Amino acid sequence: MAVSGINSLRLGPDEDGRFGLYGGRFVAETLMPLILDLEKAYRDAKADPAFAAEIQHLATHYTGRPSPLYFAERLTAHLGGAKVWLKREELNHTGSHKINNCLGQVLLAKRMGKTRIIAETGAGQHGVATATVCAKFDLPCIVFMGATDVARQWPNVLRMKMLGAEVRPVTAGAGTLKDAMNEALRDWVTNVETTYYIIGTAAGPHPYPEMVRDFQSVIGTELKEQFLEAEGRLPEAVVACVGGGSNAIGTFHAFLDEPEVALYGAEAGGYGIEVDNGHAASMTGGRPGVLHGNRTYLLQNADGQILEGHSISAGLDYPGVGPEHAFLHDTKRVTYAPITDQEALEAFQLLTRMEGIIPALESAHGLAQVMKLAPTMDKDQSVVLCLSGRGDKDVESVGRHLGMDMNA
Amino acid sequence: MNRIPARFAACAAANRPALVTFVMAGDPDPATSQAILDGLPAAGADVIELGMPFSDPMADGVAIQMAGRRALDAGQTLQQTLSMVESFRKTDGETPIILMGYYNPIYIFGVDAFVAAAKAAGVDGLIIVDLPAEEDEELCVPALAAGINFIRLTTPTTDDRRLPAVLKNTSGFVYYVSMTGITGAAIKSRAAVADAVRRIKSHTDLPVAVGFGIKTAADAAEFGRHADGIVVGTVLVDAVGNSLDNGKATGGTVGAVRDIVTDLASGVRLARV
Repeated sequence: MAVSGINSLRLGPDEDGRFGLYGGRFVAETLMPLILDLEKAYRDAKADPAFAAEIQHLATHYTGRPSPLYFAERLTAHLGGAKVWLKREELNHTGSHKINNCLGQVLLAKRMGKTRIIAETGAGQHGVATATVCAKFDLPCIVFMGATDVARQWPNVLRMKMLGAEVRPVTAGAGTLKDAMNEALRDWVTNVETTYYIIGTAAGPHPYPEMVRDFQSVIGTELKEQFLEAEGRLPEAVVACVGGGSNAIGTFHAFLDEPEVALYGAEAGGYGIEVDNGHAASMTGGRPGVLHGNRTYLLQNADGQILEGHSISAGLDYPGVGPEHAFLHDTKRVTYAPITDQEALEAFQLLTRMEGIIPALESAHGLAQVMKLAPTMDKDQSVVLCLSGRGDKDVESVGRHLGMDMNA
Repeated sequence: MNRIPARFAACAAANRPALVTFVMAGDPDPATSQAILDGLPAAGADVIELGMPFSDPMADGVAIQMAGRRALDAGQTLQQTLSMVESFRKTDGETPIILMGYYNPIYIFGVDAFVAAAKAAGVDGLIIVDLPAEEDEELCVPALAAGINFIRLTTPTTDDRRLPAVLKNTSGFVYYVSMTGITGAAIKSRAAVADAVRRIKSHTDLPVAVGFGIKTAADAAEFGRHADGIVVGTVLVDAVGNSLDNGKATGGTVGAVRDIVTDLASGVRLARV
């Protein structure tokens, strides 16, 4: 029975941009007027049927939506439990769910008359999606990317450059996603008049967490319809990986008020949750704090200094998480569990060999959660994974981890 | 009277702007940082901003980022920063001290515990970069209740429509950020700064200090003509950085900061001559 009315978990955020304790607008004054303008522009756009129609048109003809819901037959037989389904976001144009959000935000940027786009990226999937929409809409694009990530996601750096974006490596800190976001915020403060910041995940100051969720919630909405059509009911479990959490919130949102559907978020467990600063599982291993415009779970030390975290996956290597996930964690509506680098690598190989689908390392974390879950479920039950991205960008780094001969 | 309004009033009586100096607590090490802090009033600083280092200083340029990094690497904690103020107060009961930084370390310390400890240590004001007026309930309201000034940044993007909301809970002085940008960048339009100061003063009786991008005694004299105070930070933390040998303080570190402050103090005294 679906939950409705005031007990709905889908009402957030409130007018202050809060999901319970989490979210908010913790930004410098320079950005505050812009954030308020952005919120107003987004409200106007949301109420404009032409805006929705344009997104719909692009989703169909540019992104290639709806993405298929695929029954993974061999994987199901191998795991020996629940039926395993894949929501194929990796088949979207640019190879991940990130394009859903970028198209929405670039249209908003144009409505606001902005002439320059900036973005941060970890794995490069969001950077590629941003560079893509900027090429299509003829806007200059600057992507901030940690120097460590530039090295481990080189194919995506080339793609961004070919698409006409300028990639600025960030050497501060550990040179990963957190540092890229700091640098993007510094650029934004400096170029606030002309520049629109396309944040890639469902985090940051209000209204970003809400806006990114809305642009990504097409994943769960489609999934729900497709599964109903295939099986005549809702799935017993839905799984997604969580870094900042944009594919996860987009997948979960349609199911939040369906208590019979269990929801699982796979966090980056890195070397193991027990290893000090050796993981990026902010909810399992962090505590609430304020960073990058919102209050949320953060990896931090006893003095409130933010830790770097670690994950084999550049896209999950972030010490925070979107505020709506923090809220769903506290309310226990979603179960968040850490997946280690090793478990993700095993899942990566399994899907590749069993189904002929090379997943992104990020999505492989979600798959590892499915591998734990499916065998404990009945054969007439179903678990759906949001396969958020494809793994082409990861073949080199996975090959290295597996000790493959890189010159053969 | 809180030390901040008293000091601005004294500078106004002397017909000159106040020199507000920023240094990073714990940079490059606790002892040297204490010596730098203790030496600021004699060198001519009227008001002191003491930076609370943070791992992710999103509004700061490279110089202050590096200063914070040096302090954290040397083990600086928020408790130690409060202890520095306490130590300073043993010999100086007059010079206002404002703690400046980001919210998370305070949030983790605990807002009530922090406000009480700051008051007890002799802190007069707070500037918290990532707490805009919209988040006043977090720290601004408790700080004001304890008698600690909450100094707000206003920027070129804070228009007349928004200014009243920003000024509502501001006390001590108003900090006008001279540009849209990060600390230490170049000021784009000098004439616009004077206009902005006039505009803010039409909304408030509080003193208005100008900061971000002020580097020399000549800058201090120029921007101090219309403003009630000028804020200097990046050149001071750069002086610390440039004085180091392999990351360690040298015999010249404390003096390097003192000399620049002395020079800037001469600048503010020429502002209205």
